[in-house]
Amino acid sequence: MSTRSFVELIADKSIVVLAGTGGVGKTTTSAVVALHAAKAGRKVALVTIDPAKRLADALGLDELSNEPSRIDLGADGNDGGELWALMLDTKSTFDELITRYSADPAQAQRILNNDFYGNISNALSGTQEYMAMEKLYELAEGGDYDLVIVDTPPSRNALAFLDSPNMLTRLLDHWLYKALMGSTRTIMKASQLLLKQLSKVVGGEVVEDVVAFFQAFEGMEDGFKERSQRVMELLASDACAFVLVASARRDTTIEAAYLARQLADNDLDVAAVVMNRLQPDFVRLNRRPRAPEYEPFLRAHDELHALADREETHIASLLSQVESDPVVVRVPLLATDVHDLDGMNQLGTKIFPN
Amino acid sequence: MDPDEYFNRTRMVIVAGKGGVGKTVLSAALARLAARTGLTALLVEVDGRNALAPLFEVGEIGYEEAVIASATDDSAKILARSITPDTALVEWLDDHGMKLVSKRLQKTGAIDVIATATPGIKDLLVLGKIKQLVVESDADIVIVDAPAAGHAMTFLRAPALLAEMARSGPINTQAHAVLAMLQDPKQCEVMLVTLPEETPVNELIDTAFQLEDDVGIQLAPVVVNGMYPIIDGLDADLSGVKSNLGAAKIDELRAAGDFRQQRSILQAGQRARLAEMLPLEQLVLPYVFDADIGLPQIDELADALAEAIANIELPGAADETAGDQ
Repeated sequence: MSTRSFVELIADKSIVVLAGTGGVGKTTTSAVVALHAAKAGRKVALVTIDPAKRLADALGLDELSNEPSRIDLGADGNDGGELWALMLDTKSTFDELITRYSADPAQAQRILNNDFYGNISNALSGTQEYMAMEKLYELAEGGDYDLVIVDTPPSRNALAFLDSPNMLTRLLDHWLYKALMGSTRTIMKASQLLLKQLSKVVGGEVVEDVVAFFQAFEGMEDGFKERSQRVMELLASDACAFVLVASARRDTTIEAAYLARQLADNDLDVAAVVMNRLQPDFVRLNRRPRAPEYEPFLRAHDELHALADREETHIASLLSQVESDPVVVRVPLLATDVHDLDGMNQLGTKIFPN
Repeated sequence: MDPDEYFNRTRMVIVAGKGGVGKTVLSAALARLAARTGLTALLVEVDGRNALAPLFEVGEIGYEEAVIASATDDSAKILARSITPDTALVEWLDDHGMKLVSKRLQKTGAIDVIATATPGIKDLLVLGKIKQLVVESDADIVIVDAPAAGHAMTFLRAPALLAEMARSGPINTQAHAVLAMLQDPKQCEVMLVTLPEETPVNELIDTAFQLEDDVGIQLAPVVVNGMYPIIDGLDADLSGVKSNLGAAKIDELRAAGDFRQQRSILQAGQRARLAEMLPLEQLVLPYVFDADIGLPQIDELADALAEAIANIELPGAADETAGDQ
């Protein structure tokens, strides 16, 4: 296990990406890390995706947006740091991207009005991940912040975000697109035939939309590909740290281990593992009192121990599968849920013990 | 209500909820309970996670129907199959006289373009396949372990979306047929499951209203999973009670008791909040303290489920207003 502390790790980075499956407290952890860094004097931007309502309220985030807004940290000792946060608006982030790379407003409008584009930007799985990475890149490149923290979407294929910048370029690379845009007569003919068959399956309107989308996109693909590449370079750089968040249950640690492997396959290291919501571990008993009044307390104690032991097995199994020597952070389950600044501060003392 | 009465209300129960709340375990327990009442259950897995097999201690569950628990003197058999989006799409194309197209679409990768061009098409075809099973299978009750929430919404919304998007053609027909099944309480209902915690409860409430409003689907009682069983006597005053432990150890015991009490109070509070915000019956399942979940634990949960179902009253399946008063 790495001997570095989590504080040192975060202090050293300008981008932190938190990854993990849903329901492990990833969003709350992101907010606490951001809050802590801001209190340490840094200017922090936090990109959250679909936070629980009460947490969003606590952060003063009441609507989706594209621009971070400043969070009031109160007066007490924050060394000139600032916390800015936004709740990612996938659709309008995508719209902005299209507008930026269009040759002229007319081209942008043609794409934005296209139904197929509407599907991609709203409903397509992977789009949220793509836009989270896009926003990260934009904020990091803009240079206005010391630290950008991104909470990734809790998709089942939780690493979709790694592949997501490639999503659109892959589509553009597709032979069908090339065929549609191609000029030779044979290719045109072959693609016309295929389009006819496709129409039979999904209906003519859908195919027309796809064709119109690809035609409208003409000339923009290089810009998009280049940008995707730069996003990947940024994620792979030393400035960026991946933090894996997991709870100590069998299913979540299996998913987390899978995530770590996928990161490793992409030459990305897990810099830290946050084990969230651990059962408190009570001191073991060497003797058991016999008076009947103790019975219920012994049962509670035994059951909590059984849980803690079981959690240790899952943690050990996860850590044995993460090869990058991560910083390991253990966060106990608090007696109450965290959904306000006080709760976040309290959780902060557990994530960053002095 | 008797468990068999419950299972006879409808042909299919779709179990849905946020990831990690125990959907798969609940699906297994439901199947077990159905089998005990003498009904053959068909368990359907849709996300290719292969999570059901270890619970029944069998190897991988595939696309073809297989028996995962044989019939015994006091229970019917349990069947299972796994339906993945890709297999459903290919089979659908084959069934619709597009075998050649389907080969070509697969070979050229154009199938990805179709899936991108028509979001929800794979979900629709999975549901279409399930509809076919509901019609054709010998099973008395079909239990579907739905994808995790968030995705569960897109999954169940796909037919309505596509019915509108594809204005004609076979996809349109399929979308309308599946939508009709989802909206018929005699054919299908959704059982939402949650943990007694803030965020999962909130998501369940959102999902419940969306399912009713957007899809028009019948909601089964909601399942609150993982409730700590109440331990009586944790409020006792231990001072002066004789023991063979030092004061520090006694403090630890008391702290463990307090922690347990506090979590129980928090859980009860979340349950009450759920009851207040969502007027549906609740089925409560206990937290399982065992290290791993296998058949013995599934059986315990099936017992708890039987008891919980026995304690509720539901209007008949034909009554379309069930669940939304």
